[in-house]
Amino acid sequence: MALLGRRRPVAPLEYTRKTWMRLWIAGVMLFLYAPLIVLMVFSFNDSKRNVVWKGFTLKYYEKALNNEGLIEALVNSLTIAALATVFSVILGAMAGLMLWRFRFPFKGSVEGALSLPIIVPEICMGVAMLIFFAKIDWPVGLPWPLNLSAITIAHITFCFPFVALVVRSRMASFNREQEEAAKDLGAGEWQTFRDVLLPHMKPGLVAGALLAFTLSLDDFVITFFTSGPDTVTFPVKVYSMVRFSVTPEVNAASTILIILTIALTALALKLQGVKAIADAH
Amino acid sequence: MPDTAQPIIQIRNVTKRFGKVAAVDNVSLDILAGEFFCLLGPSGCGKTTLLRMIAGFELPTEGQILIDGQDMAGIPPNRRPVNMVFQSYAVFPHMSVADNVGYGLKIAGVGRAERDERVREALSLVSLGGFEDRKPDQMSGGQRQRVALARSLVMRPKVLLLDEPLSALDAKLRAQMQFELSELQDKVGITFVTVTHDQDEALSMASRVAVMNKGEVAQLAPPSDLYEFPSNRFVADFVGSVNIFEGKLILDEPGRAAVDCPGMGKIFLNHGVTGPHGADVWVALRPEKIYLHVPGEGKAIRAAGQDAPEGYNLARGQIKGMSYLGDITLYEIKLDGGAMIRVSRPNLSRRDQEHFTWDDRVSMHWRADSPVVLLN
Amino acid sequence: MSLENWQEHKRPFAAIAGAPLTWLLVFFLVPMAIVWLYSFGQNAGPADIAITGTLDNYKRATEWLYLSIFFKSLAVAALVTLICLIVGFPVAMAITFASDKWRPWLLLGVMLPFWTNLLIRTYALMMVLGGNGYANKALGALWGGASWLRTLVGLQLLDAWSPVQLLYNNFAVVLGLVYVHLPFMVLPLYSALDRLDRSLIEASLDLGAGHLRTLWTIVMPLAAPGIFAGIMITLIPALGAYLTPDLMGGTESQMIANVIERQFKRANDWPFGAALSFLLIYAMFILIALQSLRGRKPAEA
Repeated sequence: MALLGRRRPVAPLEYTRKTWMRLWIAGVMLFLYAPLIVLMVFSFNDSKRNVVWKGFTLKYYEKALNNEGLIEALVNSLTIAALATVFSVILGAMAGLMLWRFRFPFKGSVEGALSLPIIVPEICMGVAMLIFFAKIDWPVGLPWPLNLSAITIAHITFCFPFVALVVRSRMASFNREQEEAAKDLGAGEWQTFRDVLLPHMKPGLVAGALLAFTLSLDDFVITFFTSGPDTVTFPVKVYSMVRFSVTPEVNAASTILIILTIALTALALKLQGVKAIADAH
Repeated sequence: MPDTAQPIIQIRNVTKRFGKVAAVDNVSLDILAGEFFCLLGPSGCGKTTLLRMIAGFELPTEGQILIDGQDMAGIPPNRRPVNMVFQSYAVFPHMSVADNVGYGLKIAGVGRAERDERVREALSLVSLGGFEDRKPDQMSGGQRQRVALARSLVMRPKVLLLDEPLSALDAKLRAQMQFELSELQDKVGITFVTVTHDQDEALSMASRVAVMNKGEVAQLAPPSDLYEFPSNRFVADFVGSVNIFEGKLILDEPGRAAVDCPGMGKIFLNHGVTGPHGADVWVALRPEKIYLHVPGEGKAIRAAGQDAPEGYNLARGQIKGMSYLGDITLYEIKLDGGAMIRVSRPNLSRRDQEHFTWDDRVSMHWRADSPVVLLN
Repeated sequence: MSLENWQEHKRPFAAIAGAPLTWLLVFFLVPMAIVWLYSFGQNAGPADIAITGTLDNYKRATEWLYLSIFFKSLAVAALVTLICLIVGFPVAMAITFASDKWRPWLLLGVMLPFWTNLLIRTYALMMVLGGNGYANKALGALWGGASWLRTLVGLQLLDAWSPVQLLYNNFAVVLGLVYVHLPFMVLPLYSALDRLDRSLIEASLDLGAGHLRTLWTIVMPLAAPGIFAGIMITLIPALGAYLTPDLMGGTESQMIANVIERQFKRANDWPFGAALSFLLIYAMFILIALQSLRGRKPAEA
């Protein structure tokens, strides 16, 4: 984006080519990205104090990767996210299809109830999960990965309504004549679903899965209330490290996760194209 | 072996209600094997519902539908011997052209080799040979429609149903496809049933047309009969352009009849109409069947082909509007009696339209076999 | 095409509705119901809560101490939402009117932070805002520059720059919440603006209105549903924010979520925490009801 060097005159609706607009966007992007970039750069800084550049080092990565607690938390987080994604996609797809397809009594209430996990504040849901698992005496101290079950259940509960939302809005663009065409050509219910509905739903499922994975990996508050001492997730671990002290080790671990996010995004882009991802949100 | 006279589809007293509204109201009609049948009507007249009932996507509230003599009650769409070309074409966007066309055969369990062969045949039938590996989004609307056609034809159905097949095409392509569809039907010999709201489409393609209005069949006839001998005002008005005048039947004998239309004049017909004397009737007169001339000239022209008594089938008026349409010019004329009439006149030579212009006094006449008397 | 009646397709309906609805009931509605019941209970022992139907918890929640925290949370959330709207609207406009080549990348630029871990982003911002962080350095440089400018016009040098406290106060909480929620605001705004028929803007310009006037009288009213959606999607999580005030706020900048957390993790007064939770949920419902009232008006017109 050349700020200067304007060769073509600016058409009335080319707001993006106006200088003040470009400065505004540059400012917002700086605001959004500068802290992240600073964080990443200083994960390579050879200094305990974070702010002055003292030279390049990888020692904090070494430290982070040898920090068993941190690695365990990361593995826990990824395991929970993977499980939550699989279950959320299945449940969410079912719920989305149900709302898209059927007329049934109390549909408005069901729709409202399904959107509750999205709008109820995280803190309230965390509290509810804490009380619920305490009340029903959910077993604790199970061997890995069963000890993650409570957190995973909580994550599925707040992830699958998002998937339902994405799937439903994807299905809204489905041309029902395609389904009739399949039946007209001899396909039964299952064949129609497999050959026509599912392929149309796929981008919604991918977007939903991506969303569920990110939400699960991201969640701190609800996990904070459901996790015990032996079920620490990455955000909970980082939280305690940040609370305790700000160290370059946290920078290193964060950088790893940011790179992971970017890699996932790139993968999604490769699978879906920039536009499809943008449309899904 | 179905002989041509045997109905391939029999619709018997079929009614379809959505809630309290009857979309199709007690319709009975037969569609003969090998014909190009068209359901014509304005939107909401029930034509698409009727088509979808034949396909099995809607179930009749009352009545019976038989295809090739077999009652279709309880038979789902995927087991009916008919196939449909959808209005949106419903070409599967994630499958190649060949996979689209071969889909039904694959479901039916037809082997790979035979399937490929039949897909190729069907594609060449619709002039899409060589497009096998294309994806639908790389094709134009017209090409996608051909894919949908091939996909249905490859199933060798007893009846091919087409829902508004040309509505999504632009005017030029539409004219071409009208012609091609008729040709295709000739070639494959399958019964075609199509639904349209466009009278040109119906008149140019179909061997028989059922005009529908408010869930009922208003008239079932070959295209030329619909145009020349409409049986009621709805059909006269819906098919083509027409002047309709209200009047009283003042003469009705075998071989001649006359209607007095206030505001317009007296109309003479060279055939009887079998209506009670003095009854309120309507007379339909097509704009192109009216001769237009400068006052005074008329007598001489009429004298040559006199077929009505003096004072009948004659009107005078003043041109209030005209639109030049290239092949014809359309005139809006205010008659001395007060009624408005539309007259079209072919532009037989260049600058022909300059012959008459705004505010000119003109006189008109028409032949005694041109008007149609309508009883309802 | 019309929806299918479940009664005519009982089996497929049951097949897809059963699992998600059961899950929702068991793992969401039942836990919420338990919280609701607890809010009418009292501590009967170290690990025992008796549901007595008492309203004491709600009475205590309406004491000035808690009410003031509640209103403060609301004020902070409203301020954050307003800032997000002002900052985010031009960004959404820019994305909408960007060329086809740039639009996806601008969108991605807004969405990537949204996908990045919240805790990491908060931590990154804390690093920048810290006593020796870059924000303070930049301010110091500005101060130095201003000081130097004064010498040019013959004034005295300013006092030496002393780092300002940018963290652990209300300012930090607001800035942190804006930082976290800005993408939430931009995306719905963009999708509303994207749906806007461009010829309407052109018509307005054609009829002689200027760009600002067009923005105010044409774009804003038509994008109103998106603006309200953006407001809600920012306001609701900001009101219930826990992490940002917890990490970036000082003792005086605690929000309602922090108070709730304290009842469960430290004060061990679950019934009171449950009551506070439900008051927060009721506040959300009121906000959503207000939005749907507003949202309905343009549809009727």
